[in-house]
Amino acid sequence: MIEARNIHFTYPNGVEALSGVSVEVKTGEFMAIMGQNGAGKTTLVKHINGLLKPTKGEVLVNGTSTKKVSVAKLSREVGFVFQNPDHQLFCETVEEEVAFALRNFNFSKQLIKKRVTWALNLLSLTQYRQTSPFMLSGGERKRVALASVLAWNPDIVILDEPTIGQDHQQKEKLRQFIVQLNTQGKTVIIVTHDVEFVAECNPRVALMVQGKILADGPANKILTNRDLVAQASIVPPQISQIFFELSDQDLPQDIINVYDARDVIIKRLEAST
Amino acid sequence: MAIIETANLTYTYPGSTRSSLQDVTIEIKKGEFVVLTGPSGCGKTTLCRCFNGLVPHFYGGELQGDVTVTGLNVTQQAICDLAQHVGLVFQSPENQLFALSVEKDVAFGLENLGIPRDEIQKRVDWALRMTGITNIRERAPHELSGGQQQRVAIACVLAMQPDVMILDEPTSFLDPVGAQKIFDVISRLNKDLGITTILVEHRLDLAGKFANHVIVMDEGKVMLDGEPRGIFTSEDARLIGVGIPKATRLYQVLREKGVSLKRIPMNPEEAARSLREVLTLD
Amino acid sequence: MSVFEGFKFRRVYSPIHQLDPRVKFFYVLAIFVIAIMFNQLLPLILLFLIQLPFVFIAGVQREWIRSLRGALLFATMIFVFNFVFTYFWTEYPLLPSPSLLEHSIAMTLRFIVLVESFSVFFLTTSPDHLGLALEQSHVPYEFCFAFTTAVRFVPVLAEEAQTIMDAQKARGLELERGNFIKKVKNYIPVLIPLIVSAIRRSLELAEAMESRAWGATKKRTNLYVLRMKRGDYVLILISATILILAAYFWIFYREQIPLLSSLLIPLRLAAA
Repeated sequence: MIEARNIHFTYPNGVEALSGVSVEVKTGEFMAIMGQNGAGKTTLVKHINGLLKPTKGEVLVNGTSTKKVSVAKLSREVGFVFQNPDHQLFCETVEEEVAFALRNFNFSKQLIKKRVTWALNLLSLTQYRQTSPFMLSGGERKRVALASVLAWNPDIVILDEPTIGQDHQQKEKLRQFIVQLNTQGKTVIIVTHDVEFVAECNPRVALMVQGKILADGPANKILTNRDLVAQASIVPPQISQIFFELSDQDLPQDIINVYDARDVIIKRLEAST
Repeated sequence: MAIIETANLTYTYPGSTRSSLQDVTIEIKKGEFVVLTGPSGCGKTTLCRCFNGLVPHFYGGELQGDVTVTGLNVTQQAICDLAQHVGLVFQSPENQLFALSVEKDVAFGLENLGIPRDEIQKRVDWALRMTGITNIRERAPHELSGGQQQRVAIACVLAMQPDVMILDEPTSFLDPVGAQKIFDVISRLNKDLGITTILVEHRLDLAGKFANHVIVMDEGKVMLDGEPRGIFTSEDARLIGVGIPKATRLYQVLREKGVSLKRIPMNPEEAARSLREVLTLD
Repeated sequence: MSVFEGFKFRRVYSPIHQLDPRVKFFYVLAIFVIAIMFNQLLPLILLFLIQLPFVFIAGVQREWIRSLRGALLFATMIFVFNFVFTYFWTEYPLLPSPSLLEHSIAMTLRFIVLVESFSVFFLTTSPDHLGLALEQSHVPYEFCFAFTTAVRFVPVLAEEAQTIMDAQKARGLELERGNFIKKVKNYIPVLIPLIVSAIRRSLELAEAMESRAWGATKKRTNLYVLRMKRGDYVLILISATILILAAYFWIFYREQIPLLSSLLIPLRLAAA
């Protein structure tokens, strides 16, 4: 359970990145934080594992204020996967890379071995165990970064722009993986501006604009609201655009997914014959 | 008229055992808007590097077959000579801008060519106007947003007045609105100035509608090459893992259920129009 | 960081910003030489005051004050060292006298004058102009390009280092833990990604340069050309005059420059 209570954050250079954000994420929820670059999305999630502390207000993670504990301690519960895997890979082998955090958290030798094997298997990286992470392709490096965080089995997983630079198939695999994590009971928060990706996942969506949360609700309600989407400077999903064009045809407006769209149209055609 | 031609092009990077391009034969006509797509590591970027001579002159390696760009044989031309005909815009906006003001960056290529100062001034003004960034001409590139930076990068290439402009995933770090602006600039340059455009892109939702020629690559080979509507709806494209625009995808899933639209839609507007026909028919 | 803030260029327009960097550098050099010539308080105070109009015309007071504030720690150190060392190292230890105090203040002020002049220079000179000045002073173009590129990428790398640190902290790395050796070792997970990324970045830069006809001709042209204007000649004149006057005083009246404290004593007597 994450609670942000009216938090403000100002960077040392004077830029106010968050101006009064309150949000509650329950255990097991799947949430996407969306908005333009510079809207404060990444700043907000960096508050959850304590990398940033609010200048005003407070953030509680499972009841504890982030001001009272270190980043290392919070990270045991909050796994944070950064946008660019190259900003964290430094070890000689993939195995070492995945074990890095476990060593920092003082896991026992046997446990490290067990967790590494488990994480590599989870992301189908077992064959690269002894390979240097620098020899892998972009998509594989991303998976190593993911494995190196999931290895300690955090309850909350945050992914910052997970789809950037990923091709269609990689995105599809990632989507399935995220959904799987969520069904296992983990709280998953993604920061993204990839509307079509979110449309396919259909999570809870929080729209951010200029350091504030503009709207918060199910994806098919938020992303189909033309006003909100325009204010947040994002492009609505294509399916929603189609249904908006057809708004005089008395079709439901909260459709964002291809298969839902198909079913609605077929139902309508069947009804009229 | 073909502006780019390759014949049986095969290329291997130095130290690599696998060819990054295998037997690539394509033809791109003057004024076309080509979308080049395919999974990561399929050789798209390598092919682009062949068009302005980075491959093989900068990277080395072993090249077989022919590449001709604007009538020039790439293997026999220096990169700086090719640069006047072919402009390349890269993926990462910040790593292709080096100067401390926008106009200085736009002038960089022209300065390298030793073009007289008043001519540089004229061309810089023009390039800034065409990309809509005249108002930020004196700002430092690293203080700009990613979208603005990428427009500067396009202006940099445009100032050299190239016949061909290649853009390698120019929007992958941008948000949708920033990306939309980039695509608008690119398509305007293609339409108004007739610059042959090659866009490497995964996100066909936004870019697909501009294309009049699509090339799909996989594992160093050209798998599909032709007209976009046909390619986007082909089973092969789906199997290779091309991210087909959702509007086109809807056409496909409806057809599977026996509902066929008259035309293959490339964007939401076209899809809505075709759907309206079906819905109001009854 | 605050010291560097006082040297960071911000694009504004003022007569000072328009000046030719070569001329401004000549001015800074003149101040530098004079500050080294004199070790008495009086001329150094004059030297300090002479620069104030510059700061105000350029409108960089805020940044300038920040640079001085940043220099405060060093200034204090210089003062304390001068005071203590002169006190113990002179052959006949004097009691802490007004003259000793004045000497220490003078040495501190000399440092401040140097910081002040360089700060004004960097605050009012765009790195672009600086590169151009190098180029037109017949420094090889490759070197000038390297200079401006380095300036351009410093903030980018600083930001990247911060991101990398955050990413590793999120994996439980505690940078401040352990003894000195351990602390140095803690930075390896930050340094390696930073270096790898810098190498990748330079490769991409090289590609982009090549693609924009780098090295096409030996006779490169330039969008900007530095031309000396009236203001530049005025500044040369001012700097030269100050320099000549200072040299004149230094040659003929060096020994006669009074101590401020000795000036104060008759004043105090008169008051009494």
